Amino acid sequence: MDDDPKLPPVFLERASYRRRRLRDAARLWPVFGVILILFPLLWGQSGENARTTSGALAYIFGVWGVLICGALILARVLARPEKEERDQ
Amino acid sequence: MTLGFNILVATALAYVAFLFFVAFVAERRAADGQSRWLRSPYIYTLSLSVYCTAWTFYGAVGYAARSGLEYVTIYLGPTIVIIGWWWVLRKLVRIGRAQRVTSIADLISSRFGKSNTLGVLVTLLAVIGTTPYIALQLQSVTLSFAAFASVGDGTAEVDLNSTALWVAAGLALFTIVFGTRNLDANERHHGVVMAIAVEAVVKLFALVAVGIFVVWGVAGGISETVAAIDQSKIAAWQVPTSKWIGLTFLSAAAFLCLPRMFQVLVVENADEAHVSTASWAFPLYLLLISLFVVPIAAIGLSIMPAGSNPDLFVLTIPLSQGQNSLAVLSFLGGFSSATSMVIVAAIALSTMVSNHIVMPIWLSSQGSSAVVSGDVRYVLIIARRVSIGAVLLLGYLYYRLSGGGSALAAIGLISFTGVVQVLPALMGGVFWRGATRVGAISGLVVGFAVWAYTLFLPSFGASAGFGPDLMANGLLGWSWLRPQALMSISGLDPVIHALLWSMILNTVAFIVGSISSFPTPTERLQGAQFVNVFDHSTRAGGFTGGAPEAEDLLVMSQRILGGRDAQNFFHAAARKQGKDGYLPEITPDFLFSLERQLGGSVGAATAHAMIGQIVGGNAVSVHDLMAVADETAQMMEYSSRLEAQSVELTRTASQLRDANEKLTALSVQKDAFLSQISHELRTPMTSIRAFSEILRETDLSTDEKEKYTGIIHAEAQRLTRLLDDLLDLGVLENGKVNLNVQSANLENVLDHALSAAGADRDVLIIKRNRTKEDFPFVTDIDRLSQVIINIVSNTVKYCDADRPELRIAVHHMGQSVSIDFIDNGTGIPKTQQDVIFEKFSRLSDHKSAGSAGLGLAICREIMLKLGGTIRYLPGQGGAAFRLVLPIEHALVAQ
Repeated sequence: MDDDPKLPPVFLERASYRRRRLRDAARLWPVFGVILILFPLLWGQSGENARTTSGALAYIFGVWGVLICGALILARVLARPEKEERDQ
Repeated sequence: MTLGFNILVATALAYVAFLFFVAFVAERRAADGQSRWLRSPYIYTLSLSVYCTAWTFYGAVGYAARSGLEYVTIYLGPTIVIIGWWWVLRKLVRIGRAQRVTSIADLISSRFGKSNTLGVLVTLLAVIGTTPYIALQLQSVTLSFAAFASVGDGTAEVDLNSTALWVAAGLALFTIVFGTRNLDANERHHGVVMAIAVEAVVKLFALVAVGIFVVWGVAGGISETVAAIDQSKIAAWQVPTSKWIGLTFLSAAAFLCLPRMFQVLVVENADEAHVSTASWAFPLYLLLISLFVVPIAAIGLSIMPAGSNPDLFVLTIPLSQGQNSLAVLSFLGGFSSATSMVIVAAIALSTMVSNHIVMPIWLSSQGSSAVVSGDVRYVLIIARRVSIGAVLLLGYLYYRLSGGGSALAAIGLISFTGVVQVLPALMGGVFWRGATRVGAISGLVVGFAVWAYTLFLPSFGASAGFGPDLMANGLLGWSWLRPQALMSISGLDPVIHALLWSMILNTVAFIVGSISSFPTPTERLQGAQFVNVFDHSTRAGGFTGGAPEAEDLLVMSQRILGGRDAQNFFHAAARKQGKDGYLPEITPDFLFSLERQLGGSVGAATAHAMIGQIVGGNAVSVHDLMAVADETAQMMEYSSRLEAQSVELTRTASQLRDANEKLTALSVQKDAFLSQISHELRTPMTSIRAFSEILRETDLSTDEKEKYTGIIHAEAQRLTRLLDDLLDLGVLENGKVNLNVQSANLENVLDHALSAAGADRDVLIIKRNRTKEDFPFVTDIDRLSQVIINIVSNTVKYCDADRPELRIAVHHMGQSVSIDFIDNGTGIPKTQQDVIFEKFSRLSDHKSAGSAGLGLAICREIMLKLGGTIRYLPGQGGAAFRLVLPIEHALVAQ
């Protein structure tokens, strides 16, 4: 009748579920960052897509800021204590 | 306008004194137990800023002035890594804490079976990769001194070399004083970390201050700055794709692999939660530090005279604008960047050198007695201090010999590329259980060789044998071996080229080596420990066997950990075991935790070897572990066998119980049989006795005499028949019957038997189908006749019809034949059908003339012996018996 304590439960409570998805977000955030950072490669060296250094500067530091904000939010939320600590 | 060189030196000295003071206070507070604020996540984040060295402080502006935005790749890589802390950093930090890792060399060596070969390899790689970088820091400090001197009154001639020497000596002193205070390299160096945090603030503040001054003080605002950027030679966005991707990857990898970064990220980490704070705070730091780089470069290019070194713009722009105090602040920022890097790198390298090179040599030269009697602690501290001195001396020598390269950033990237050769072994070791020592060694050696050939040695030019001829034509004239165009792929930036080839070949060698080799049991245990660190952050292979004296261990530990710490550790261990005093039982658990404790000071491999020497030389006992596992398996098998046996016993017991019940039943039957026999024998005997007594009376008529002797005769015959039957049954039941097998025709057998049974026409009407009976078969004819006679005579005796009739039906059923005997009487009631074949089962109600009820029992035994059956056939309108016989008689009885 009672569950095997060694096996993790198949379904989680709402809070644990939310936490897992936040961990997924923490894992995906740098991937998102890499994509944003690779974007300038699509700008040509010349022609109509070409950018100036000052424009690129604004873009890169903008992306940087977004990444930092996202990391800050994720770190804050993930740092909250949880009842059931079970890695993945 | 001018600034005395001596004042500058005095300022630098005052700043250094301030750093000493900060470090000293931090150490004191930590010793007093007031270290809570020292363990703040922000201190941790600031300590990570050793990533930003003088290369960043001065070099980034120079880099931007030469190549535009390319410099940000150096900061975007680490940003990605630390934002993705959940992937790698979290695991590295956990492993570092669980295994008490002292350096990146220790981590690699520990992962691959505590292999000291790997420890030495990584250490060498780190020393070779870091030395140019230390030289670079010394160079930057001397250049900044020179920059002041050149704009000064010129009275003080600056001897660059002696300045570098003094700086190196001062750094060595600081590092020795605060970096080797506690021997446990795994413990936090509170003083050093605090000083670095202060320096981090200073350099950020200085760079931002210069940036703000340049943007608002010199250019006159943001829009003017943007305009200046757009008009400079770096106005166009033009970064080659290969460099953008390659350098970002390189800096990300270096962030993890640089010895100094590993030191602050993993070894000095006080709390895993700090990583999560650093995940946003450190990128913010990097952003702020690189924010003003392009504006400073652009403004510098426009206002500074042509030909001035862009690497020093941070310093020379404020000087040229007469902002002396800002220039001093900037100088201090650069000084901070250089010194913090050198200090942490020296600590990291000296830990590696002393743990992986000096200690193993010393241990093997001293033999096992040294572990107990020699002063290990003293040797270790000396080794570490000498290593620090040696590392700085190497840096100084490199600086002297290279004569001071022109572009700072170039050396930085060469150094990065060398150090990241550790990456495949590090990542493979942490994420892939199949990674082996052989794979790690091959990867490192191949990667190192490729790096040396394509990038490091060419950087020395002709003096290292890499003259223009070799560069243009390749080794031995093979053009596909050109150092900067391997496989004749030319046109790539040398750094990207070297990075690409070294990483590819390194990874391939690592994977091939891992797949084709077989790991030792220690490697496999450590591999599971590292890769699954979140599942079980507990133990590696322990010691078993030989019981060393606890006292020897205590003596040894005191020499490494220091008297009080070692005694406390032993006392706590003894108390945990419920013992008093300082000598705990030498359990594998205790040895394991002691090894880990010692590993914090001397590295896992050395600690393992030291305990191994005391425990009895044979270390990890992986084979012992296997033996233990075998033993366990054997015990489990034994217990399961016991269980099986007990089940079998239960079964046997129940079988015995059954047998007992059967025996009891048989005994009851036997009693019944005996009483039945006695009764059957007694009845004729009684009449015989009675009539013989009457015959003794003399006055009997002849008729009477005749009648009585007749009765006696009949009774005697009945008695004889009963005894014959009993004997017959006894023989049949005991299986000692000899069958006389012969061939016969069923029709003849039936004819014979019917006449023998006295079934004449007037007594019984027989219905037969003679055509079906006409076939030969093989059996014991006499015995079969006996059965048929018995059945037919029973019919004659018991059939209660007015005109008794017997129908004999023969059927062939494949290999057997069935013979049915069916009469037209009332038959046998259902309740009695089961028992008619039992002994003495005479149907009670009937005229029991001349039968003891043994006939059908005998029939059943005979049919059994003949390989057939006899059954009562219900539902035929009268009594019906079916004989089934095999046509070819098999010798059942035999």
